[in-house]
Amino acid sequence: MSSYYQNHDTMDRKEFLTFKRAAAPTEVKKVERRTTTGLAVYSGTFGKKEAMHLLRRTLFGVKVQDMKDFSAKSMSAAVDALLNTSTAVPNEPLNHYGKTMPDPNVAYGATWVNSALDFNFNFQRTMSMKSWWWEMAAKQQSTIMEKMVMFWHNLIPISALEQVDPRMTHIYLKTLRNNAMGNFKSLVRALSVDPAMLVYLNGRYNTKRAPDENYARELMELFTLGKGPDSKYTEDDVKAAARVLTGWNINFLTTPPTATFTLNNHDTTNKQFSAFFNNTLITGRSTATAGTDELDDMLNMIFAQTEVAKFICRKLYKYFVYYDITPDVETNIITPLADHFRNNNYNIKPLLDKLLKSEHFFDPLNMGCVIKDPTTHIAGFCRQWETDFPTDTEQLYNITGYGRAFGQAILQDILDPPSVSGWPAWHQSPQFLRSWISSDSLPKRNQFTDLMLFTGYRRGGYTFIADVFKVTRQFSNPADADTLIADAVAFVLPLELNITEIATLRNNLLPGGIPAYNWSDEWTQANDPGHSSHATALASAKLKLQLLYKSIMNLSEYQLS
Amino acid sequence: MKRRLFLKAATAAGSMLPVTLNGLSVRAYANSPLMHLLGRRTGNNGNVLVLIQLNGGNDGLNTVIPLDQYTNLTKARSNVLIQDTKVLKLNGVTGTGLHPAMTGLQGLYNNGLVNIVQDVGYPNPNFSHFRSTDIWMSGSDAKESWSSGWMGRYLDAEFPGFPDGFPNTGAPDPPAIQIGGMVSLATMGTSVNMAMAITDPSNFYGLVNGTTDPVPDTPAGRELEFLRIMANQTNQYGTSIKNAAGKATTLSTKYPTGNTLADQLKIVARLIKGGLKTQVYMVSIGGFDTHSQQVDNSDHSLGAHATLLQRVSDAINAFQDDLTLMGIQDKVAGLTFSEFGRRIMSNGSVGTDHGAAAPMIAFGTGVQKGIIGRNPVIPDTVTVADNVPMQYDFRQIYVSALQDWFGLSKTEVKAAMGGRDFNTLPVFKASRMGIEDFADLVSRLHLYDVYPNPVSGEATFKFFTDGGNVELYLFDPLGNRTHTMASGKHSMGEHEVRVDLYGLRPGNYFYQLSQGNRKYTKVVVVAN
Repeated sequence: MSSYYQNHDTMDRKEFLTFKRAAAPTEVKKVERRTTTGLAVYSGTFGKKEAMHLLRRTLFGVKVQDMKDFSAKSMSAAVDALLNTSTAVPNEPLNHYGKTMPDPNVAYGATWVNSALDFNFNFQRTMSMKSWWWEMAAKQQSTIMEKMVMFWHNLIPISALEQVDPRMTHIYLKTLRNNAMGNFKSLVRALSVDPAMLVYLNGRYNTKRAPDENYARELMELFTLGKGPDSKYTEDDVKAAARVLTGWNINFLTTPPTATFTLNNHDTTNKQFSAFFNNTLITGRSTATAGTDELDDMLNMIFAQTEVAKFICRKLYKYFVYYDITPDVETNIITPLADHFRNNNYNIKPLLDKLLKSEHFFDPLNMGCVIKDPTTHIAGFCRQWETDFPTDTEQLYNITGYGRAFGQAILQDILDPPSVSGWPAWHQSPQFLRSWISSDSLPKRNQFTDLMLFTGYRRGGYTFIADVFKVTRQFSNPADADTLIADAVAFVLPLELNITEIATLRNNLLPGGIPAYNWSDEWTQANDPGHSSHATALASAKLKLQLLYKSIMNLSEYQLS
Repeated sequence: MKRRLFLKAATAAGSMLPVTLNGLSVRAYANSPLMHLLGRRTGNNGNVLVLIQLNGGNDGLNTVIPLDQYTNLTKARSNVLIQDTKVLKLNGVTGTGLHPAMTGLQGLYNNGLVNIVQDVGYPNPNFSHFRSTDIWMSGSDAKESWSSGWMGRYLDAEFPGFPDGFPNTGAPDPPAIQIGGMVSLATMGTSVNMAMAITDPSNFYGLVNGTTDPVPDTPAGRELEFLRIMANQTNQYGTSIKNAAGKATTLSTKYPTGNTLADQLKIVARLIKGGLKTQVYMVSIGGFDTHSQQVDNSDHSLGAHATLLQRVSDAINAFQDDLTLMGIQDKVAGLTFSEFGRRIMSNGSVGTDHGAAAPMIAFGTGVQKGIIGRNPVIPDTVTVADNVPMQYDFRQIYVSALQDWFGLSKTEVKAAMGGRDFNTLPVFKASRMGIEDFADLVSRLHLYDVYPNPVSGEATFKFFTDGGNVELYLFDPLGNRTHTMASGKHSMGEHEVRVDLYGLRPGNYFYQLSQGNRKYTKVVVVAN
């Protein structure tokens, strides 16, 4: 399935009707969205509301402290802080399986990424890898890094379960991380000869005798040029690109595993490209560096096309702003943003700087309209509610593995997307983000938050649960029911609630409209270990907070960001 | 109970079914708990209980009024006391009457549809709204904090593993529904709440009526609308609720307007008539925390409390009328409760402060007409510390409902009460014979749904056997046996086995329970 910018007005009627039927039972309503805002720097108010909008879109989960810190900054300083990323990670994926399956080469609790390949442990290490990445999201720093790693993974994915060597998945993810905020062209170059990618898109079978076009095709269609109306590469271009990429293979007998280039398998003849690429001729090389030399020539040729920057800008726009790219947005946002991206030599940070500081990004019309992806829903919950993670490796991976598996159950199996186009929510017109929501996934989303608020997930003697007091105590005045509800709503929901909804929430703390001091007293007693009613007040206040937060999270608004 | 169900149960019981029971033919017990129990074994007895919560602490002394205590009441609370001449009389009752605003309930009482239990409370009363509400909801003692509710524990046993595997063909409808308030502790099971989460009443009314709340005309509004439609469509019970509501129309013309309790009960009647098999409904009305201006200074029979009681009385009266017109009056009973009564002595603000015991009112054709208990005795000299002492524990009414109305065995009732025994009271008509002796009449082997499902770690398998050699195995998708959960002799009752399935290859596994030639197989999805 390809991803491309689609003008709904040009969709022919038959196709539209087919789509509509396929999308039953819910009809996707066309949004009439006329924004006049552009890329000029936002100069309006930057308070809690605007800071939360920025944080919700750029982090998996927003902590109370983030809300306080960032709303105290200027808009510009807030974006700068989010873009001031680090590629460092606190640890590497660990051997969490050693207690039940001793690994002769890797001690329990140590990382396996620098050890030799051992097929006996491929499944365990792959699961370790996936859970580890989920852990990075749940424990992320307050920067845009993790969301960008996810962005690139969705754009240029591999499948961890299809790998012959889990260390290659580790290298792939590291490449994403190292280039996530760097240079897009460098990222594409690295991934073109990445061992995991050579496995995933058959690059290792692409030889001069039997060219395999898989990667070449996706490189153009899904990773750089797209299939927009102005992307006019030809089928012959795909064939020529495949020949440029011949000769690569992988070696998993070494530590670390590597991509190898064998000149004998490389097509050393010249490669002719179409008029779309100005009839570029890539000279066939016969040296040891022929593979990378020709790759560089080809990437220079592809990145000379203005469509590349537009393609990425549309993708980023859908990821960070909204999925509906109207003709207005194409003209006022995508085109100038793409110019900016090219003028900055495809460096990613200036592009994000421009977009996130724009008046368009802070346009109220663009707030609260993004349906959360599963990782944001789950890992984001854990970060927002500051859930405690166990320190024992096995227990830790029990928990992170659960978070990852729950994400899979609600349609996002990280590191194993459904196809090379990533997840449908980020490319499939016209449903886009709505495809995260199904009759199965929506109730499960509620079940997850309910479980985390009330009983927690128990495994191996550890209970993973949200401590409702931890966050509540950070609010401005939790002893006052109305302030507490207002704080909680602003913290958890991207939209305001009406008076009836607020009154319903209030009923959790002050049932039947009893005076406000009842809650104040209980909160005070619950927080005073010396009080004679401390124990019962603690239990009673806990239940009220659990029910209050459950009520908020079961609202449809909670699915939005 | 449907005759068909009974026959089915009787057949299953085979020759073990006694022809007579205490000298009476079983057939004579067509409305007895035994029949209910037998029916429940293949479903439930179909009875519905509607709990009406009066939030804030209702002033019992001004609700069910002890006319024989007026001398001392006048000394204690003259500024809120109702004029004795205005107190509503009840047929066949002297010395006790109802608040003048409760003409609806008076009519129902006189028609034999009301039972009043005097001075219901619990030892060591707590005067905090929250604590006392929690005690009433959970059924705990005053000095304990329980995290599950009395109804939740009962429903837990009825719907094992909920919500996993529900709804299903045997249990298509929500175990409990709470309207007009938040899902409460009362319906909290040991792990999840058994009540359908109607966290947004306007959404619920929308669901019932097939509409959604308006959304802003923005991208966020459009996405919100999509999510709300999906939430209603994918609400596990959305369809059954909507269908039930669609099948019935309100028949009574007595429902008042501007009465939130009446609005809630109106929907409950429609849902029951529409065939929803939900056993418990919780509705509520707030405002009973009458610390000040409880009555009008010029006429104590009017004022804030009178308005509230009139709403309760009118709503119940219309509800009962509706049930009767719909022809479903015999399967529905109602019960009012409040976290506490109010102090005997009134305060200087023409109100009353938090108190202790207060009356509970049960209604429906299934209740025994009458008043249980004597009037509260008001001392000659009342101090600000004096409270109405309890005559009955609130849990006695609960066990009466579970045993006599829902037809549970004493064992089951005891479990719902957290392992404690309470004597029943003659609130409901059903006979109170010990039916636990017949619990094993119906031979049974039952395999509950595994929890959780899909599973990525520890799985809990549960089964019921009537005793004997039982085997419970797990098979992988290729049919290889991977785990033995049970093998060998098991006593009658429920058995639970926990197995860690972590590390199994993902896929559809089968678990099979067998005893003799009886076999049950279900699927568990392993999602490691």
